[in-house]
Amino acid sequence: MIDWSGYIGLILQGAWVTVQLTLMGSALAVVVAFAAGLGRLSRFMAVRALATTYIEFFRGTSIFVQLFWAYFVLPFAGITLTPLQAGVLALGLNVGAYGAEVVRGAVKAIGREQREACIALNLTRFQAMRHIILPQALPLMLPTFGNNAIELLKGTAVVSLISLTDMTFQAQVVRAQTGSTLIPFATILLLYFAMAWLISMGMRWLERRVSRGLDGVRV
Amino acid sequence: MSQPIIRIDNIVKRYGPLTVLDGLSMEVMPGEKLALIGPSGSGKTTILRILMTLETISEGFIQVEGEELYHVKKAGNLVPADERHLHKMREKIGMVFQHFNLFPHKCVLDNVTLAPMLTKGMARADAQKRAMELLDMVGLADKAKSMPAQLSGGQKQRVAIARALALSPKIMLFDEVTSALDPELVEEVLNVMRKLAAETDMTMLLVTHEMGFAHDFADRVLFFDRGKIVEEGKPEEIFRHPKQERTQTFLRKIIAAGHRV
Repeated sequence: MIDWSGYIGLILQGAWVTVQLTLMGSALAVVVAFAAGLGRLSRFMAVRALATTYIEFFRGTSIFVQLFWAYFVLPFAGITLTPLQAGVLALGLNVGAYGAEVVRGAVKAIGREQREACIALNLTRFQAMRHIILPQALPLMLPTFGNNAIELLKGTAVVSLISLTDMTFQAQVVRAQTGSTLIPFATILLLYFAMAWLISMGMRWLERRVSRGLDGVRV
Repeated sequence: MSQPIIRIDNIVKRYGPLTVLDGLSMEVMPGEKLALIGPSGSGKTTILRILMTLETISEGFIQVEGEELYHVKKAGNLVPADERHLHKMREKIGMVFQHFNLFPHKCVLDNVTLAPMLTKGMARADAQKRAMELLDMVGLADKAKSMPAQLSGGQKQRVAIARALALSPKIMLFDEVTSALDPELVEEVLNVMRKLAAETDMTMLLVTHEMGFAHDFADRVLFFDRGKIVEEGKPEEIFRHPKQERTQTFLRKIIAAGHRV
């Protein structure tokens, strides 16, 4: 008879790594999504070009390759990252590229009329973005951000390739040591699902919060 | 004789191959109430949008209070104005839109206080005091904490008027401000504008299809067609004794459509 408590503990340790990767990766993704998404709407050609290049590059190459670059290639440029740092960097930049398009789309969805009201009231571009456009665009971004966060959570499994002991990696270890396939994989199945469910709930709560007062017709 | 507050000098506005304004010139005196009428597509709304710097001009010059709106002097030459110059010029001008364009995520009071606080650095308490005076003037002091979505169209438009007034512009532009309203809500907005015309010496430019209101409100009426002023004069002359055939045709159609003159 196998004593499962130790093995489950191993998986839970991996779960903690997965949680860390997801939280930090999402935080980085949000920051770069806003930077690149707004950058693509900039008045300045150079900023737009930079943002577009980033977005197209990170959407157009595989997360595996990006991770290998972050972990194995960057050291040649004198930048050595821990596996966790490399994982967060690759996941954040990858998902951030998708998020940037979400930001851009939501900002563009706020109509011309709101922008014109801002001009008529003599707000600067920055003031208009900060006080009028973004607060209305945010509720439009959140459902897709939720999707992206869940994608990122599931994407964290790739970090086992750079020796990071996340949940999926630990499940493989437990399977190899116990010979049981069902129990470790069933456990991580449930854990992934629980985490994704938490993200969903959290995003729904946020959506309700930021769209308060915006119910009913747009003015 | 005082100087005109707005001088439009031979402006041309093109959208690709389409010429909306074709060598238009006009002047507006301080405190004057002007009604711009004419068929849709005649360029009257475009003039307001150009004055509010929502559009650019293809050719020509505009002066507001003797200062170029779209140009600045650089080394003796007039060159296109930068954002900073436009920002300065916009202080003189306010606009009320056909579709209100209130900020849906802010309550009525915040809609009115936002711009004075951001653009004039007004303290919140001062901005709120002024906003409440303005909301009182438009009869909506009790709606200060409501969200725009909770208001009727007429109420929204009155808030929009208060919001534009909060910046104390010298020139107010009204772009078909009652066209999007249900008929029974039109009068409450027009009443506010009558009050405004009576109580202030603001210069007002009004694009409207409410001929009866234009008749009572305006000092001067301009009839536009195809990007040009076809006829202008006192309301009495334009509405009762139009000289140009195009003006006559237009007014006949409007009356046939059930508008009171």
